[in-house]
Amino acid sequence: MAAADTTTVRRALRPAPQITAHGVEREPRGWTSWVTTTDHKKIGIMYLVTTFVFFVLGGVEALLMRLQLGQADNTLLSPQTYNALFTMHGTTMIFLFVVPVWAGFGNYLVPLMIGARDMAFPKLNALSYWFFLAGGLVFYASLFWSPPEMGWTAYTPLSTDAYSPSGGVDAWIFLVHLTGISSIIGAINFYATIANMRAPGMGWGRLPLFVWTILVYAILLILALPVIAGAVTLLLTDRHFGTHFYDTQGDPLLWQHLFWFFGHPEVYIMVLPGFGVISEVLPVFARKPIFGYKAIAAATVVIAFLGLLVWAHHMFATPSPTVVLIFFMISSFLIAIPTGVKIFNWLATLWRGTIEFRTPLLFGVSFISLFVVGGISGVILAVFPVDWQLTDTYFVVAHFHYVLVGGAVFTIFAGLYYWFPKITGRMLGEGLGKTSCALMWIGFTVTFLIQHSIGMDGMPRRVYEYPDVGHLELYNLISTIGSFILALGIGVTLLNVYISLRKGPKAGPDPWKGNTLEWFTESPPPVNNFDVVPRVRSVEPMKDIRREIERSTGRTEQLAQPAPESAMQPGG
Amino acid sequence: MGIPRPPASRRRLAIAVPLALVGMLVLTSAASAGLLAPEAGGSKNADAIRTLYWLVFGLGVIIFVGVEGVLIYSLIKYRARKGAVAAQIHGNTQLEIGWTVGAAVILVFIAIFTFATLPTIRNPPNSDAAAASTAGITSGVAISDREKLPPNGKSLAINVNGQQYIWRYTYADGDNNPLNNVFTYEEMVVPVGVTVTLKIRAQDVAHSWWIPQLGGKFDAIPKHTNYTWFKIPADKAGTTFRGQCAELCGRNHANMIAAVKAVTPAEFDKWLSDEKAQIKSSDDAAAVQRKQVEAGQNP
Repeated sequence: MAAADTTTVRRALRPAPQITAHGVEREPRGWTSWVTTTDHKKIGIMYLVTTFVFFVLGGVEALLMRLQLGQADNTLLSPQTYNALFTMHGTTMIFLFVVPVWAGFGNYLVPLMIGARDMAFPKLNALSYWFFLAGGLVFYASLFWSPPEMGWTAYTPLSTDAYSPSGGVDAWIFLVHLTGISSIIGAINFYATIANMRAPGMGWGRLPLFVWTILVYAILLILALPVIAGAVTLLLTDRHFGTHFYDTQGDPLLWQHLFWFFGHPEVYIMVLPGFGVISEVLPVFARKPIFGYKAIAAATVVIAFLGLLVWAHHMFATPSPTVVLIFFMISSFLIAIPTGVKIFNWLATLWRGTIEFRTPLLFGVSFISLFVVGGISGVILAVFPVDWQLTDTYFVVAHFHYVLVGGAVFTIFAGLYYWFPKITGRMLGEGLGKTSCALMWIGFTVTFLIQHSIGMDGMPRRVYEYPDVGHLELYNLISTIGSFILALGIGVTLLNVYISLRKGPKAGPDPWKGNTLEWFTESPPPVNNFDVVPRVRSVEPMKDIRREIERSTGRTEQLAQPAPESAMQPGG
Repeated sequence: MGIPRPPASRRRLAIAVPLALVGMLVLTSAASAGLLAPEAGGSKNADAIRTLYWLVFGLGVIIFVGVEGVLIYSLIKYRARKGAVAAQIHGNTQLEIGWTVGAAVILVFIAIFTFATLPTIRNPPNSDAAAASTAGITSGVAISDREKLPPNGKSLAINVNGQQYIWRYTYADGDNNPLNNVFTYEEMVVPVGVTVTLKIRAQDVAHSWWIPQLGGKFDAIPKHTNYTWFKIPADKAGTTFRGQCAELCGRNHANMIAAVKAVTPAEFDKWLSDEKAQIKSSDDAAAVQRKQVEAGQNP
């Protein structure tokens, strides 16, 4: 783009699509267009829809477990069914919902936010989605034979052929491989795209914070997933080809180290992009720049680095030397610092802003209010003697749901409400959105706050029944009631999506007065995303463009460049 | 909802914060049932873990109140109103360095307190003088740096063995023959006032030993030995402490329960000698039977 900045912007405003869009083909329609697409937006939508289907499945599994635990000594589910349910629930939420849902948001938004016309490798991108879908289908197919019962952590020797002879474990291994390949090629694609295809002027210091987190997400995936791929391959050969990596001829503890070397970075793979969403949403609705851009971006990188050094805090109760326990306690403490920095920066972003209470903001502040609890309980668990009491109890279950539901799911919903208008061209209902957020916050708190106490009252996780001692039955009943309120809240959002796809008000290119480049184009964007990519001069290019237009025309309307009229269609 | 003027909101905050703290304290007193803190009371190590927990929890409450307070205050105070203009602040390096260092200082404090408490949790004390001559106490030598013994080296050593889905306890008697050792399943009988050291192992899949009131969890993993100890105070004789396996070990993981029954040293002596006598008599009976079989007679 050789033209001067102001010229670029003015040209972008001229209602004359034929200038640069004459080469654009007609947008293909019908189901074949989805199966054969290499468009990052369609792939992103397919990711989002598929992951939400798995989210609902995982949620139903959770509700069944809560029903079983609603009463002491309940006989609703057999131990076999119960164990299969928590294995399916954990695996689904991690491998088939939270990790790939960020691939969905990333796919849709990264090219738009950096001013690119597609991902670096569009065909690889499509391949990534189909591998992911195959992984999910293989895993869920085990429902018709023998679903796995060893927990999503698949600890050896329980997961070896001697103690889990059924094919469920193999289906799980297959899932880890397929979704792993999907994530690795997707991550390479994200990295290549972000490194090479940024708009003119968008240096690393002007990269939107959501894109920073997707970049770090991609690097963590590339570092962590080959380890679990190797680990499950060894498990596969132990199970079927007579090797002895994980039995007593090898070492059962080896699995735990390999698994958590992947497993802990996986936690940050799941929450860092959520942090990115919050860093985008808060400034837009507080009408104030993000506080400490550099600190937030740096904190993301530091969290990712430290996240690779804390894995054995999942193993404090194993026979390990004291020096190892101390090392992993200190490294886990350290990771609380950049995480705290982020929270303080978000609070400072709200401070002295003019906060508009729209649904994305509500989900964003709900996230902060809940994630703080998960962070504090995380520090409590990092103190290894305290962890000896709390590990493998419902306290840990509460902790990681505060991190992964409070941290990831609430940010996913913030992102959904924030970007739904861009993806579909229609607004989600504010009333239903706020109702959904309130129900989810209340339901979540009722379900999981009490689970800290359930754990401290002596109830281990992964038990299909418990005796009615202490207050266990009361606490569990409260938790079960909460889980249905939470489910209702999620249901309200699904209803909201259903209604809005048909009757939602048209969004226009920039309904929130956003800061980043995705709001520069039509909603939904045309196949080529942008006719003209503006030169980027700050972290908030749309603010600059708006200011430019106000200065030159005195108008703030009609920001977006023209787009093919066919673009106005509801997304899947 | 009206917009609170700063003095009013400050006054409200001044009322709300002490109220919240008082509420916390009231709840704290009711916390012995495991509502707000891990269980303790059966052994010094469990008590020390609980003290450590309370410290970290207390700091956590302060941070929680601070963050949620600022969050709620900002949401009310800085909500969009007519004429309000957002301050265009991009950051404040001093402030950011300040809270980074502040967070680090809190964590350093927690680490120091942890190291100070660690010896009480890890190192078993000697048995009470009154119980020092209880039967079954043996002298040991630690064979691993993870194995901790009392200063005088004397403890009641029990081997804990996890298997799907039951715990077996073998009372080491000091000789080299493990076949004549007293053993029990599910319920462990121990004397009060005596330091009990456990060697925890598993023979099939991974399990985890946990009696909440007697201290933390220690995983039982095949091929490995884990160590812990407890010493039940003398006034707890007659109490049974309950727990269960805490590592998923298969379908009936939930039913793999454990109990530790505390008895007086005298009762323990009697129990141990009764068990030994029973083992001896059944050994003798088996020996007679074996001779009969060898001689070709019907038993």
